This record gives sequence, C-alpha cells and structure tokens, in this order.
Amino acid sequence: MAYTVTTQTRASRITTALGAVLIVVLFALPFFAGRGTIQDMFFILTMLVLAQFWNLLAGYGGLVSIGQQAFVGMGAYALFGGVILWGLDPVPAILLAGAAALVIAVPTAFFAFRLNGAYFAIGTWVIAEVFRLLVAQWKTLGGGTGTSLPRDATRDMWFVELIKEALDVRSAAARDILAYWLALVLALVTIGGIYWLLRTRRGLALAAVRDNTEAAKSVGVDAGRMKWIVFLTSAFGTGLAGGLIYMQKARISPDAAFSVTDWTAYVIFIVVIGGIGTIEGPIIGVLVFFLLQSLLADFGSWYLLTLGVLAIAIMLVAPRGLWGLLSERTGLHLFPIRRRLIGGRLTSSEE
Amino acid sequence: MIWIDTVIQGVLLGGLYALFASGLSLVFGIMRLVNLAHGDLIVMGAYLILVLVTLLGLSPFVAVLIAMPMMFAVGWLLQKFLLNRTLGDDILPPLLVTFGLSIALQNALLEGFSADSQRLPTNALTTASVDVGPITLGVMPLLTFGSAVLVIVALNQLFYRTELGRAFRATSDDATTASLMGIKPGNIFATATGIALVIVTIAALYLGLRANFDPNIGPARLIYAFEAVIIGGLGSLWGTLLGGIIIGVAQTVGAAINPEWQILAGHVAFLAVLLIRPRGLFPRVND
Repeated sequence: MAYTVTTQTRASRITTALGAVLIVVLFALPFFAGRGTIQDMFFILTMLVLAQFWNLLAGYGGLVSIGQQAFVGMGAYALFGGVILWGLDPVPAILLAGAAALVIAVPTAFFAFRLNGAYFAIGTWVIAEVFRLLVAQWKTLGGGTGTSLPRDATRDMWFVELIKEALDVRSAAARDILAYWLALVLALVTIGGIYWLLRTRRGLALAAVRDNTEAAKSVGVDAGRMKWIVFLTSAFGTGLAGGLIYMQKARISPDAAFSVTDWTAYVIFIVVIGGIGTIEGPIIGVLVFFLLQSLLADFGSWYLLTLGVLAIAIMLVAPRGLWGLLSERTGLHLFPIRRRLIGGRLTSSEE
Repeated sequence: MIWIDTVIQGVLLGGLYALFASGLSLVFGIMRLVNLAHGDLIVMGAYLILVLVTLLGLSPFVAVLIAMPMMFAVGWLLQKFLLNRTLGDDILPPLLVTFGLSIALQNALLEGFSADSQRLPTNALTTASVDVGPITLGVMPLLTFGSAVLVIVALNQLFYRTELGRAFRATSDDATTASLMGIKPGNIFATATGIALVIVTIAALYLGLRANFDPNIGPARLIYAFEAVIIGGLGSLWGTLLGGIIIGVAQTVGAAINPEWQILAGHVAFLAVLLIRPRGLFPRVND
C-alpha cells in the first residue's frame, strides 16, 4: 500500500470550491453593488492585505513590528512622487510603491534586527517616525501639510475609461471600481502567496524558527536569513497596499500616511482578534473589525477604547483569537499547512 | 557662547527624559517586560495631578504627593491582575496587551478630558531663573534634572541596600529559585510596577509644569524613554540618565540648527548609538 503525504483535508477541498465561487462573486461585485459597498470592500480588502503581512511578520516570523506605517507611508509617497515628479500613471506606480518600501526595508531591518523582542517592536516604531519626519521635509510633495494627486493624472488613469464605458458609471465611481479590483487581486495574491510560502520548505523552516530558534538552527535552518526574507516580503506587500490605498484617496499628508493608529494599531487588533499565526485569523478579524467600526462609528474614541480592551481580553482569554477558538473545538483548518500521512500502515516497512 | 547654552539646556532636558525612562528601565530590569503604555501612563499621571490641583486647589508640588500613592496602587493592581498573567516565554502577550492598554488609555483620556491642551498652573518658582556666569538657567529645568539624579540615587540605594531590593534582584535573576526562598514573584513584580508608576508621577509633574500636554502625546514620551534606556544599556540606571542627556542635547542642538529637526535629531542620535554600540553604552555584563 502506498503512502501519500498531503496537507489537504476535506474542509480545505470544500474551501477551495467555495473560495472559487466567492472569488467570482467578488470580481463581479461592481456589476450589481453600489459605490458605497465598493468603497467598504476596498477598505476591508486593503486592511486584510496589511493584516496578512503583519501576521506573516509577527505570527509566523516572531517579529512584532509597530512600524508597518513606515512602509505604508513610504509606498504611498513613492506613488505620489512617481506620478507628480515623473509623470507616471498611478496604476503602474503602485509597483514603484512596493519597490520603495522594499528599499527602505533594508536599512530598517539592518537597525531593527540589532534589537530583540519587545525592543525590536519599539525600534521599528522609532524608524517609522524617522521616515515620517524626513518625508515631512520633502517640500516638493507638500512638506508637512501634504499634497493631492494632479487632476489629469487621476482622470487619465489606466483602465478608467474602459470601466466607465463597460459599466456605464461616472469617472469617480470608475476609479473606485478600479481600485477595488486591484485590491481584490492584491488580497488574493497575498493570501495565495503566503499560503504557498508556508507550504514550501522555507515555510517549514519558518515554522521551525518560530517554535524554537535554537532547535531550528541545530538542524541547519538559517534563522537570520528567514527573518530577512519575512521582513522584506512583508515590507514589499505593505508598500503595495500603501500605494493602492493612497491612489484611491488621491490625497496624502505625512501624519496620515505614517499614522501608527491607522496602519499598525488597527492591523494588530485585526490579527489578534481574528487569531494570530493563521491565515484564517486575519480574514475573520477584518470582518469583526469592520462590523465593530460600522456599529461604533458614531462614538468617536469609544470605538478605539473598545478595540483596545477587546484585544487585551482576547490576548488573556483566547490568545489564538476567534479562529483559534473555533479550530480548537472543531479541528477545522481552511488553509492547512500541516503535512499528514495518508494510507499505508505506520509500522510496516515498504519499498 | 550660544552653543554652550544650547548644550546645557539639552543636558537639563535630558533629566526629564531620564525621568520618563527610569520607570521603564526598572520594570524591564526586573521582569523583562516592556510596557508600551508607559508614555500614556505618564500622561495619565499628569491628568491626575491636574484634577487634584483643580479640585482641591493645591499646588502641583503638593498634589504630586497625593498622586504618588494613588499611582502606586494603580501600578500594583495593573501588574498583579493584568500584566502578571502575560509574563512567560512568549513575547507576544505582554507586547500586545500593553499595546492594547496604550490605545485604550489614550482614548479613555480623550473621552474624559477632550483633545484640548492642558497645563499645570505655574507660579513664580516655575518661571524663575538663575544666572550662572553668562548663562541663564531656568529653575524648573534644574529641578527636573536634580529630581532625575535623586530618583536614580534612590533607586540604586533601594536595589543594593534594602531587603526589597535584594528580593528584586533575586527575582530578576531567577524567579523560580527566589520563590523557593519565600519570595512571591507576583507580588514583587506588582511592587516594582507600583514604584515605576511613582517615578512616572514625578515625571508627569515636570511634564505638566514645563509644557502643554494632551491625551495623544504619550507614545512620543514612550519613544524618548525607550531611546534613553537603549542608549544607556539595558539595566544600567546611570546609563539611562546619560541616554536621556544624549537625546536631550541632540534635540536642542538639532532645534538650534533648524526648529523642524528637533525630534529628528534625537532619533538620529539614537540610531547612531545603535549602529556603533548595539548593546548601549553601559550594557549589563550578563544579559
């Protein structure tokens, strides 16, 4: 009897099928949903991307960063710089946003990796502050007060004309639909990419480093290199998301683009509430987060107060988050990464 | 001459940062816990003093004496019932819980006191100055610096001359063995955080007397405190004072060149030290 090693479960096969249907529905959404829904979905998808990358960093890589706003802000400013200074189209400039985040991630990692654990966390925050203060000195992009994308650049953006005619909408709505589709693609590539990474040998090495660095090193895993790979990957992805978010906003200022609350605190709450160290967690987390935001939007600071207290409660009562609770009870894994042996008897020795 | 003046003002400002940092350093030294809500606790202390001053019509210097035991109780309870539950090998729970606490505290203060800037009432003493040769020094900055030195001397005495200090050091070295000797690590940690918040209250007094404060300034104070601790080297209180001075001098010198560079210069000094001496200037030998 032959063995097969697989990570698939019945739940994961059902997920794949349902996921395919969901993806089709999401792509078709602009054909039947209003502009408000599209904007909400854009927000959910971009926050999901940020959450997945923070989760990769903290949940899998063990690198708790409070400085992700550096990459959101730098990506966003690179996009604005590319459009305003070089006359690039905003859509391809999103790639420039990712590249810029990657470029600043190298010196950031060089400094931050000198600090361990909790000190790494505040270290990344300090570095993000440095980038915020430096960008505020960049007078051609509006300095401390910020700037807007030029009107003709947003009007003539790639695909906008096409979407306008195909869906028969005004150009502002067409831009939102374009941003939504790009966010959807980014979110799918992010989830698919992270899932793929975790199932490769590198992913196994990553899990080993997370569970026990010394033991992982002793079997030949290069722990330092894994940290670099994870840090640079999430910087790149976060930069892309930052560029996309500010392409849609079309208006930027250093305080908003480098906001620790918007781009790191929210993201941390999403991951912690949903379940850190799982791919499902951020998905659940972002839905809970959006629900809470809709419910508590009128209560100003009570909203953040609630989120903070909720995150503390979850961390104490259920450190694996809502998804952790669920999968502990049911054994459910929608994105399984554990390799399991199927068929054959474990005791026999066969060819 | 103006440069000497700038540097001396920076040194005195460093005293304030050392006060911010001492509590952080103490807590980290004993239980390896980094409290991300430290800056917000300083701001909370400032509001507590403000409330006492407004309600009871006291001088801030008297109000701080009432605020200190209250903040000690806050710290004790916080550590005993919340933070002790997060301690362990995993670094995530303490970080995420204190981060949640930071956000919750900021917004609770915002809800209670609005976003308006506040200031503790000043009197003749707080605006007075003394002439030392050609340089004029404010009495307030001198008092701040003096308090910082006093706090550090007192903490060192506490650590190395008292029974409680011995318990602190024993628990820090090995909590399990210490508990075999009849020490309750949970209570020791609670007392340490209580003391840290007493220092926070002193820092809050000078913060509120010297400048405006509002609920959102906590994180920046945390960052200055953190930079001072790292520059000085983990676990060294005198190192922390020096770290505070380096940040303070960098900030005033930066501001003298271009006012927009004040904060940036402090951060750059921190990164420079991190580059040259990753473990700080006076790292503890075994850690």
